[in-house]
Amino acid sequence: MSTRADREKLELLQGTLDLLILRTLIFGPRHGQGIARAIQETSDEELLVEHGALYPALQRLEERGWISAKWGTSLNNRKARFYTLTAAGHKQLGKETAKWTRLAKAIGRILGSEPAGG
Amino acid sequence: MFGRKRKPDDFSAEIDAHLQLEVERQRELGLSEEEARAAARRVFGNVMHAGEHFYESHRWLWLDHFRQDVRYGVRTLRKSPGFAVIAILTLAIGIGANTTLFSVVNGVLLNPLPYPQPDRLVALYARANEFTKFSISYPNFLDWSRQNHSFSSIAAFRGETFTMTGIGAPERLDADMVSAAFFPLLGVNPIVGRNFEEKEDQLGAARAALISEGLWKRKFGGAADIVGKSIRLDNHLYTITGVIPATFHFQNDNYHSKADVYVPLGQWDNPLFRDRHTGMGMDAVGRLKPGVTLAQANSDMSAVANHLAEVYPDVNKGLGVTLFPLKYNLVGDIQPFLLMLLAAVGFVLLIACANIANLLLARSTSRKREFAIRNALGAGKGRVVLQLMTECVLLALLGGALGTLLAAWGTTAALKVLPDALPRASEIHLDARVLLFTLGASVFAGILFGLVPAFKSARSDLQGTLREGGRGLSGARHRTQSVFVAMEMALAVVLMVAAGLMIRSSIKIWSVDPGFDPSNVVFFSFGSAQSLGATPDAVRQSYRQIHDAIAAVPGVESVSLSGASTPMETDSELPFWLEGEAKPASQADMKPSLFFAVQSDYLKVMRVPLKRGRFLTQADTAGAPVVTVIDERFAKQYFGNQDPIGKRIHLTIVNESAEIVGIVGHQNQWGLDSDSSNSIQAQCFLSLEQMPDALLSAFDRGASGVVRTRNAQTDIAASLSRAMQTVSSDSVVYDVESMNGIISDSLATKRFAMALLGVFAVLAIVLSALGIYGVISYIVGQRTNEIGIRMALGAGRSTVVTMVLRQAGRMAAFGLVAGLLAAAVLGRLMASMLFGVSFYDAFTFSTVSVILLSVALAACWIPARRASHVDPIIALRCE
Repeated sequence: MSTRADREKLELLQGTLDLLILRTLIFGPRHGQGIARAIQETSDEELLVEHGALYPALQRLEERGWISAKWGTSLNNRKARFYTLTAAGHKQLGKETAKWTRLAKAIGRILGSEPAGG
Repeated sequence: MFGRKRKPDDFSAEIDAHLQLEVERQRELGLSEEEARAAARRVFGNVMHAGEHFYESHRWLWLDHFRQDVRYGVRTLRKSPGFAVIAILTLAIGIGANTTLFSVVNGVLLNPLPYPQPDRLVALYARANEFTKFSISYPNFLDWSRQNHSFSSIAAFRGETFTMTGIGAPERLDADMVSAAFFPLLGVNPIVGRNFEEKEDQLGAARAALISEGLWKRKFGGAADIVGKSIRLDNHLYTITGVIPATFHFQNDNYHSKADVYVPLGQWDNPLFRDRHTGMGMDAVGRLKPGVTLAQANSDMSAVANHLAEVYPDVNKGLGVTLFPLKYNLVGDIQPFLLMLLAAVGFVLLIACANIANLLLARSTSRKREFAIRNALGAGKGRVVLQLMTECVLLALLGGALGTLLAAWGTTAALKVLPDALPRASEIHLDARVLLFTLGASVFAGILFGLVPAFKSARSDLQGTLREGGRGLSGARHRTQSVFVAMEMALAVVLMVAAGLMIRSSIKIWSVDPGFDPSNVVFFSFGSAQSLGATPDAVRQSYRQIHDAIAAVPGVESVSLSGASTPMETDSELPFWLEGEAKPASQADMKPSLFFAVQSDYLKVMRVPLKRGRFLTQADTAGAPVVTVIDERFAKQYFGNQDPIGKRIHLTIVNESAEIVGIVGHQNQWGLDSDSSNSIQAQCFLSLEQMPDALLSAFDRGASGVVRTRNAQTDIAASLSRAMQTVSSDSVVYDVESMNGIISDSLATKRFAMALLGVFAVLAIVLSALGIYGVISYIVGQRTNEIGIRMALGAGRSTVVTMVLRQAGRMAAFGLVAGLLAAAVLGRLMASMLFGVSFYDAFTFSTVSVILLSVALAACWIPARRASHVDPIIALRCE
């Protein structure tokens, strides 16, 4: 993992991190590091997520009641704080996803290369 | 689990876990322990930053900062105790003075009167022509009560004194004669027993009395079975119906009830009292019906008065009704004085603030490095300003706390000095509103003096300061300091001008010739439980005996008993018409004159000059032709160039006309500052013994008198008492007061305002002097190098002194000019409080200018001398 490769990764747009976190948690509780890894892996390593930047977002989501957190044990027997999507979080995820899709379509249209099936 | 606060520890544990998990993952990818650790950190980014973010989103961050700032502030202040002590003391004086005065304003002007729904209470007076506050005659009062539609009730009251006998030594008691409606109207219930009933408020009803809680405890030991017991007043037995609580106070305009006993007014059997012509010093208070405005009540009462004028044209024609809200009636006159003083004391606080702001500015120069370092370490400007402001408010609150202590003491002290100057003095306390005011004033002061220095400090140039090592010139700061000093000087000038004008007014007032010589003259009243004589002639006989007994007291030069007016103490008016004129149809059409009923030695006692003819003699007694003596103003006003002597006037109380036998000088009746503005100027004298029998009955149990002693006597009251006792064994002498005391009491409000303004002006000039001293010292300190260079180049000491003084003089001159302009504008507001000087009095303005400039230059003399003693070598070596 060279720094060069890192530089070529996409920086996250403002506000998209919240959406990605919520989306990641749809498959069940995860701890912070797991969320960071999942985002990176599911985006085929395209997205650059600074792990530290995750925490303000997690805090924000927790404060809004979209996720809840609990200390638990990880697969390899480490103590970690696990985040779970709440009912309100599920709802919010739906709203955010719809909004994002519309935004992506609109931008795609302006750029003149609407992604097929987008 | 929201709502529950996460602990910072919990958060760092989570971060640790994250890093650990990442390290393990990286190791699984084949990195060494060390490489894995580095990689984990790299992908995590700034760990500190994440932690800070968590910390700052903590909801109570500002409280944390605040706590930090307070701690830091306390530490800073402790490190410079000299500065802290000076600042706190300055503030304590400023805030303490403000709190004291505000507690007076609060108690006198702001607090409602201590009765239920006090804003519905109205004072009522009779009005004849321009006299708005005439005493009401009882028959008119009864008609007003019956015929008005605006008041739920009105009640009359008049002051009286009784001699109480039968319990210990005879004692003179202040009493109020009150209508039955009086206490219910004011919402007062006796703590024991009951209020008066309507049927007791009638002529011929059984004598009843309410007593004060004080008298109850003092004379009856607070006995629970007091109701039904009796009390002997002026040798009549009154049955006690109840006890009025000590919390009850009643004041109306200049009437301040100190009554120990209350009796029903309607029982009073003085025949003059039921004469529609005569107001026997009786006023009234009314409670407006719900929804009735003062304007409606005014027009209603006018209708009542007009109706009465039709029914009794000879008495009531031209007689109206005056209504004032009770509170306005009580404090209306003093309001402008108090507001002026409040403004003045506010100025003192502003000056104190400017001083402290300057100290802070000077300090901020030496703290420049500290701010620069904090700035370099990441403290934002807002954070630095906030921190400095916290320091200032902290200072101000400490000053305010100390000021409150000063005010608690000051309020008590002030009340002791000026019991007569203020109405409602008993209602002045440090209550919650006063303390709130103090808190507000403190915080406001803190922000005021902190704001400019804080912003100046925060704006300092970071790199430059660090490079300079915290030294160097800062011209802008000098300018700000100089502006503050000039402002202080301007405020001090305004205060000094105000105080100067009051002092000049007072000097002018005191130089007014009262028309009599008050020194060594004592005014007294006397009363007896029993009538001084069974018949009018016996009463006249007693008067002569009392006169002779007092005249025989060692040290007494002359004495005259007096039954009507006494200069500056009691006023008694008498309508009359000149012989040869038709008798006017109503009293309102007659000419008014002040009326003195005295004995033959009156002129000797008062040293009033006899201008022409003769004064009253002992031969002017009952049976002899009725004669009168008039004063110069009477002669001028009603006779012009004619010779009044030998002319006759008809006085309403004397059945026959009186011959004018002499003219005497005018006595100042209405107070030194206001005598000539009163519309009744004419004065006439009648012999006490020539009073008609009916009027004499009003004085048959006592009267007043004036006595001249050879030199100032301290125990004159006791001597007078002893002399009185030889004539009437159960008589009492009371209200003994020197004529000089009476005069100065009549000026109490003005003296009070003058004294306080004087104190404020002195505070202002002292604070400004300290201010200019501080700034000049500071500037000299900053310019040491420059001065050293100048001296090395050959500048003499006097040149240096002149240079420094010129700089000080410029500040003072700016302040002086601004202050004089402000004083000329603001002076207009106090024009009505002045006497004999205009508000732009050139003498006051020029004196103040000289004082201010002298004080400013004197204050700068020390730093200027210090500057001239700078050793060039040392100054340059320091560079």
